[in-house]
Amino acid sequence: MTSLASKLLANSAIRFGAGVLGLLIGVALLAPWLGTVDPAAMDAGHINTPSGTVGAFALLDGSSVAHTFWMGSDNFGRDIYSRVLYGTRVSLLVGLFTAVAALLVGGTLGMLAGYFRTLDAVLMRFMDGLMAIPAILLAIALVAALGAQLWTVVVAIAVPEIPRVTRLVRSLVLSLREEPFVEAARALATPTPVILWRHILPNAMAPLIVQGTFIAASAVLTEAILSFLGLGLPADIPTWGNIMAEGRVQFSQYPGNVLYPALFLVPTVLAVNLLGDGLRDVLDPKFAKRGAR
Amino acid sequence: MTADRSPVLSVRDLSVALPPGGDRAHAVHRISLAIHPGQTLCVVGESGSGKSVMATTVMGLLAKELQPSGGEIVLQGESLLGASPARLRALRGRTMGMVFQEPMTALNPVMTCGDQVDELLSTHTDWPAGQRRAEILRIFERVRLPDPERMLRSYPHQLSGGQRQRIVIAMAVVLKPALIICDEPTTALDVTTQKEILRLIADLQREQGSAVLFITHDMGVVAEIADEVLVMNQGEAVESGPCEQVLRRPRAEYTRQLLSAVPGMTPPAAKPEFTGPVLLSGQGVGKTYGSRDWMGRHRATAALQNAQVAVHAGETVGIVGESGSGKSTFARCLIRLIDPSEGQIHWGGQEVATLPESRLRPLRNQVQVVFQDPNRSLNPRRTVGQSMVEGAMNFGQSRAEAEALAAELMAQVRLPVEALQRYPSQFSGGQRQRLAIARALACRPQVLVADEAVSALDVSVQAQILNLLREIQGRLGLGLLFITHDLRVAAQLCDRVVVMHQGHIVEEGPTAQLYAHPQQDYTRRLLDAAPAALPPLQAV
Repeated sequence: MTSLASKLLANSAIRFGAGVLGLLIGVALLAPWLGTVDPAAMDAGHINTPSGTVGAFALLDGSSVAHTFWMGSDNFGRDIYSRVLYGTRVSLLVGLFTAVAALLVGGTLGMLAGYFRTLDAVLMRFMDGLMAIPAILLAIALVAALGAQLWTVVVAIAVPEIPRVTRLVRSLVLSLREEPFVEAARALATPTPVILWRHILPNAMAPLIVQGTFIAASAVLTEAILSFLGLGLPADIPTWGNIMAEGRVQFSQYPGNVLYPALFLVPTVLAVNLLGDGLRDVLDPKFAKRGAR
Repeated sequence: MTADRSPVLSVRDLSVALPPGGDRAHAVHRISLAIHPGQTLCVVGESGSGKSVMATTVMGLLAKELQPSGGEIVLQGESLLGASPARLRALRGRTMGMVFQEPMTALNPVMTCGDQVDELLSTHTDWPAGQRRAEILRIFERVRLPDPERMLRSYPHQLSGGQRQRIVIAMAVVLKPALIICDEPTTALDVTTQKEILRLIADLQREQGSAVLFITHDMGVVAEIADEVLVMNQGEAVESGPCEQVLRRPRAEYTRQLLSAVPGMTPPAAKPEFTGPVLLSGQGVGKTYGSRDWMGRHRATAALQNAQVAVHAGETVGIVGESGSGKSTFARCLIRLIDPSEGQIHWGGQEVATLPESRLRPLRNQVQVVFQDPNRSLNPRRTVGQSMVEGAMNFGQSRAEAEALAAELMAQVRLPVEALQRYPSQFSGGQRQRLAIARALACRPQVLVADEAVSALDVSVQAQILNLLREIQGRLGLGLLFITHDLRVAAQLCDRVVVMHQGHIVEEGPTAQLYAHPQQDYTRRLLDAAPAALPPLQAV
């Protein structure tokens, strides 16, 4: 195991991706202690101020507290810095949950389709149908139908990813079930669920993890798109997408509302993608030689 | 043949360094050899001996991680180690022809065979198209490809393995190179095809007066074609000299071991008929694969038809045949890894041909299997111990009992008990095959089915595994069903042999009788094609 860890760390893409991602996770967890205020708090006296302005928030007891708008304020007088930092939480959660959900459902269906030939035809035709619908349209329809909450957004982004995961896992299982060690397990009278769990799943894990990182990266983006279109999380929960959506009307005068969330979104997606690339290079021996060395 | 003629190829003190961190410092260490026109030098060794690295160094096709670290290679007076890649490209094909092990990967699958040879000719000659075409047809004829005109337009996948190898050989010899390098050219082929290809290489060599550098692991092949032999082990030259001398009066202990490990064609003395209970049998077993053509019409392909076999307690039955003969299909039907289309199969007294998996499972301990590829027959993500207790625990033993049994079995297959904690990747091929045998024995089976169980192993390891199987069978009184393409291996182990061809059983009988007096043409051809028996060793 230690040798795997050192192999992972020897890959520069993984080091960079994991480093940036670790930093972002730290920011998300520590958001309340990084000089932020309540992301929904408004300072009516300081609307659309440039970065560095000092303003003050009125508290409920009538007193007020001074605050520096490091990234300026938006058209409600809210602190963009605080909103972006709190938005990190939502974006990372959506990425993580979506990847886990898509892998769990797609992985299970893929294993069933790959191992039980009778199930295969039915399941895969259904998946083909699902794949024929453009992912973002399907997500929009699902959010519109289910209402906008964290879990509905996750479901809406995960569902279009499921057919892709199912296909990947199915093809892995199709080749693994012919492996002599799986046939030997059948000859040893190992029950089918145990074969799937013990012999097939662990050997399909590496490509699954890699696929998971790519899903996470695209989920972060899709969430931003949904929010931007007004179909994401409600405006009182700040996400990078809805911060940008609110800022877009006055983008030419006050670009900070769009630029600052984008400044976080781009490296996040890049880091997760790099992590995925690196993991594929290390975990999949076929790509090992073409790695970044 | 005369020594005063200068050699076509001479290699002096060649060393190739391995990247640091390997199990040894050099892939090839201070190897010297010389081949004269019209001569065949066989480099023989087991896997990991460095024989292929040596050949690829001569061709200038070494992987980037490997670097020649000393010595020199001289081809017709020209030093190759310092030569530019462009010069090496010009030499390959023109002065050196190459034949590789796997003809399918040596050919470009999306180019017709004619185009591939034509490409070679247009690179190395300035002949006009008509002359190139005539030359290609001539060489196709020469390597005895049927219907050369059709071959010209065929893609590699449309040809058989032997035909593909003939195309590769045609490409290697078409420009009459001074040196032909053959790297295990017949290892992927059936014996009958191997025989023909070896004869073809020898004929072409005689015609063109080329020198041949022939890499092989098979001493039988060496005996058939070599003038000179170089034995390699662990990257070092163990012994070299004229074929006759190396094979009959080997000086090195390693050569001796290698030679004695080669199975001979002499079957053991016939044992009395086995009268014990029949442990595994099949009657009229057939397997048909269905497919539909583009019109939706059903087309059936019979992989196996009307096959029968019976294995008694203590008996070893061999099923021999070439690839595509249906022998593996038959074996897998018998162990119910695939469902037979017809026929009866009995495990002990129980008829199992049509039992559903759930009713079959409690019976599965009776019949166990060992597969060909030791690298893939153990789950790489589980420790050996975990793999070893799986079977016993499936049949109701507690973990403690199963672990005790696993430890005991490790001793039986002569591996240390500590090995149970390790992962399969930490073992050699032969050790893994021992582990696979131990795992099969953990269910206390009555019949062991070995599907090409020694085919992927080096001869010395092969001999050890055969001995182990023989010993275990003797001790436990198991029935053994041994599937192999190698008649020599079958001769060593089997009491009775079943010969299969194109999905049918051709002939069956006690090994000694069948080998001495084959009744069928096909059996006779198969026996003739087996590589030459080695001359007896002389005392030192």
